Amino acid sequence: MSDTSNRIDSARRAFLNKAGAAAGAAAIAPGVFLTTPAVARPADQPVSSEKRWGILVDTNKCASNCDACVTACKDENGWGSTEHHSSQEQQSQWIRKVEIRNRSTGFVATLPLMCQHCEHPPCVDVCPTGASFKRADGIVLVDKHICIGCRYCMMACPYKARSFIHEDLEDQLPWAPRGKGTVESCTLCVQRVDNDGTPACVEACSAENHNALVFGNLNDENSDISRELARAESIELRADLALNTGVRYRGI
Amino acid sequence: MTYAMVARRVSGLLLSALLLLPLAVSAEDAEAENLPFSDLTMTEPERHVSATEECVAPEAVMRRNHMKFILHQRDDTMHRGIRTRRYSLEECVNCHAAKNEQGEYIPVNAENQFCSSCHTYAAVNIDCFQCHATKPVRASRLNGRSASAAHPSGGPGNAPHPFLVSEGNAQ
Ligand code: SF4
Ligand code: SF4
Repeated sequence: MSDTSNRIDSARRAFLNKAGAAAGAAAIAPGVFLTTPAVARPADQPVSSEKRWGILVDTNKCASNCDACVTACKDENGWGSTEHHSSQEQQSQWIRKVEIRNRSTGFVATLPLMCQHCEHPPCVDVCPTGASFKRADGIVLVDKHICIGCRYCMMACPYKARSFIHEDLEDQLPWAPRGKGTVESCTLCVQRVDNDGTPACVEACSAENHNALVFGNLNDENSDISRELARAESIELRADLALNTGVRYRGI
Repeated sequence: MTYAMVARRVSGLLLSALLLLPLAVSAEDAEAENLPFSDLTMTEPERHVSATEECVAPEAVMRRNHMKFILHQRDDTMHRGIRTRRYSLEECVNCHAAKNEQGEYIPVNAENQFCSSCHTYAAVNIDCFQCHATKPVRASRLNGRSASAAHPSGGPGNAPHPFLVSEGNAQ
């Protein structure tokens, strides 16, 4: 845990040093900076590694009887109840609620589990075609134009985050293309993020007043998520694998 | 190949069949019974082409190069997050999908529709629609385009979709 979070910190520091040098003139007093408001990336500009997107899940706030995040993801991305011939184990699952129990104390916590958007994603390492890839801003995706459906990535992912589509689909959504013979997983709602939006799960959790999910730019010290991560303890799931996940958890 | 060209070719075939027929007594009788292709009917493809709005490039360019445009756009969007709308497949569908008599959209890859009519004639498979939407789902974001359908559920998460609130990104 400690060395991976150091890595994130050093990357953030390097970026902020550069940004700080550029914005130096805007310092109005020691330690007080005029920050420029975040400007939307123009549609014709590529994403860059200046940002790295992440989500912090606070399991203390995650309600055990709630699956608003899962429902919102289904609605946004059009999975769930779209596969009529696959068995339940075969059906797609971009995000799911997981219950964990401390055997000695009996304490039960629930949390949403999805692609952790690893900085060093095993799914990308094993993909023989280059279909699994990580965008410059840290979002891990499957390019279904290239995916041959070998499912190596499903085997490699420590979080069981990926699904394979076993049957022909109809009525897909324009912003979330998906089809038979390819693998898919959480895209961090890339279609929203690219338009300065927030992933559907995070929005839904806030709408339920649970606020267990915080989304933002890990490379920006002033983002909500970075402040939260700096304020209190959080962990990566399977931190021993040193994947430096973009999704972090607190309370477990 | 336009409909007119197809029609010309078919009528040319009929004509040569007529000329080759040694006993062409009455054209009408022969047409009804004996002529090859006499049962061939050509139906006008249901191509939805706007009378008032230009395509994003001249028709001749689009006919020859549409696949290159959308292939390039595909990689730009997928890998680099570039979301310009001019060569977006979604905007092709938004504009070219026709409606049936009940006013519902017909998939662009359904028989005789915009994409399939040419592709069937040219015997070229379209792979796009194994994954991509075949009907308009939300309003066009291409500047100056007329709006099409809204998301049937009223938009993801019941809030306005981010795409719907940020206008004017078309390049
Ligand atoms: S969580 Fe799994 S699918 Fe997501 S980036 Fe990591 S290895 Fe890949
Ligand atoms: S299933 Fe597709 S994305 Fe996964 S490893 Fe194989 S080719 Fe790559």
